[in-house]
Amino acid sequence: MDLLQQIADSVIRGQDKQTTELTAQVIARQESPKDILDKGLIAGMNVVGERFKSHEIFLPDVLLAARAMCAGMDLLKPLLIKDGIPMVGKVVIGSVQGDLHDIGKNLVGIMLKGAGFDVIDLGNDVAPEALVAAAKEHQASVIGMSALLTTTMSVMGKVVDMVGEQGLTGQIRTIVGGAPVTADFANDIGADAYGFDAANAVDRVKDLAGV
Amino acid sequence: MSEEKRSLLKRIEAGETLLCDGGIGTMLFELGLEPGSCPEAVALTRPEVLSDIARQYFEAGADIVETNTFGGSPLKLSQYDLDAKTEEINQKAVQAVREVVGHKAYVGACLGPSGKILEPYGDVSESQVYDSYRRQAEALVEAGVDLVLVETMLDINEAKLAIKAAKDVSEVLPVTATMTFDATPRGFYTIMGVDIPAAVSGLIDAGADVIGSNCGNGVVKMVEIARAFRDTTHHSLIIQSNAGLPETERGKVVYRESPDFMAEHVKQMLDVGVSIVGGCCGTTPEHIRAFRTLVDAAGFGS
Repeated sequence: MDLLQQIADSVIRGQDKQTTELTAQVIARQESPKDILDKGLIAGMNVVGERFKSHEIFLPDVLLAARAMCAGMDLLKPLLIKDGIPMVGKVVIGSVQGDLHDIGKNLVGIMLKGAGFDVIDLGNDVAPEALVAAAKEHQASVIGMSALLTTTMSVMGKVVDMVGEQGLTGQIRTIVGGAPVTADFANDIGADAYGFDAANAVDRVKDLAGV
Repeated sequence: MSEEKRSLLKRIEAGETLLCDGGIGTMLFELGLEPGSCPEAVALTRPEVLSDIARQYFEAGADIVETNTFGGSPLKLSQYDLDAKTEEINQKAVQAVREVVGHKAYVGACLGPSGKILEPYGDVSESQVYDSYRRQAEALVEAGVDLVLVETMLDINEAKLAIKAAKDVSEVLPVTATMTFDATPRGFYTIMGVDIPAAVSGLIDAGADVIGSNCGNGVVKMVEIARAFRDTTHHSLIIQSNAGLPETERGKVVYRESPDFMAEHVKQMLDVGVSIVGGCCGTTPEHIRAFRTLVDAAGFGS
């Protein structure tokens, strides 16, 4: 089996040390960093994402796989930057103001990284101003917002409005998700997209970022 | 063994169905809790609101009225920088309910998830989570609760730590433990991958007196979950169903299952032999009143 496939497999199995070792080996062989990323780390995370989506595996497996992928990324990132290979896109994410639930949001962040995005995670209880400011500062193309409380969902509308008021519509796209959030709600507040679960959110962010 | 334990568990063993209360969070917001503030801090600022909710559920016929302490563990409170007030918050939450129900209903101490993921998947150790539950349970037991309800668990190991902490603080208080399942094509699993047989063996092993499920599903799925538990064990069961899954209607969140609709399905839970029934998100005193009428009419009440 070729080494890139072995990297993908070690990500799928959630083995971080092995992923680091294998990544170091292929880097030493002068393999292209972009190929290591696409055919190794991301290929592995894509399988994990699919299996999670179909309930074949659960959150613990995803968390371990993400850790393995990040271990490989630590070695790879400096090379990608040196080669001037851009990440597929930048996304600012956060649980909205008043909401301290972050498991779903973290999962989306992990899976976005797994899909090759540069993720700026502002944590939980994030004010609308902070989300928009971070997106501008980092020139992110997407703001992803999560809410688990029915009472904090309205903050998402404020973020969408703020993007519009600052003339950033189309330049910064918005996606919302979280247990109480629905496609209808996303539509009502004028968000650009709705992700019904973490895997679907990643697919929709890819659409928004034109990947 | 204390009088309380004998009475509650004995009533269950004698075939009685006890009624737990319904949702608290939604009512708190309707009564003026600021979005974004810590729901448990209401015990410090407006304990009369907690007494008011307890009164509504007590008057609706609940046998067990729960404390507003779901997020009252120091690990969870630390997200609001309120962990130093763990004792005060939990004790005042108990007092708010006890004032209303006296000893005519059981005061149930609610323990919810820590909000953290245990090692090796997450970044907290078992001892950190155990210590957090233990400190909360000590405050609740000292304030004089009648039972402990461990709720909305996703990770069996976290559930076991919560049960163990409660049992270590008081070996005589009954402890119930419920997990939250998703319906998948391969059956019911928590997001952490716990299926019903694994929940049954883990929760019983940790010492829970009554086991089952709360939250995450409307009442139709909860009947299926109750049956799946019963197919796996003869242990006493508890089911607290949501009033459906949240939906939005013109930007406002609604739970659509009516008291009558839910009560019809609670009837099926009684047929399965569930010992404690109650409500979770979206259920109101009206739902509990409908359950009371049903349980009494079915001859499962006291």
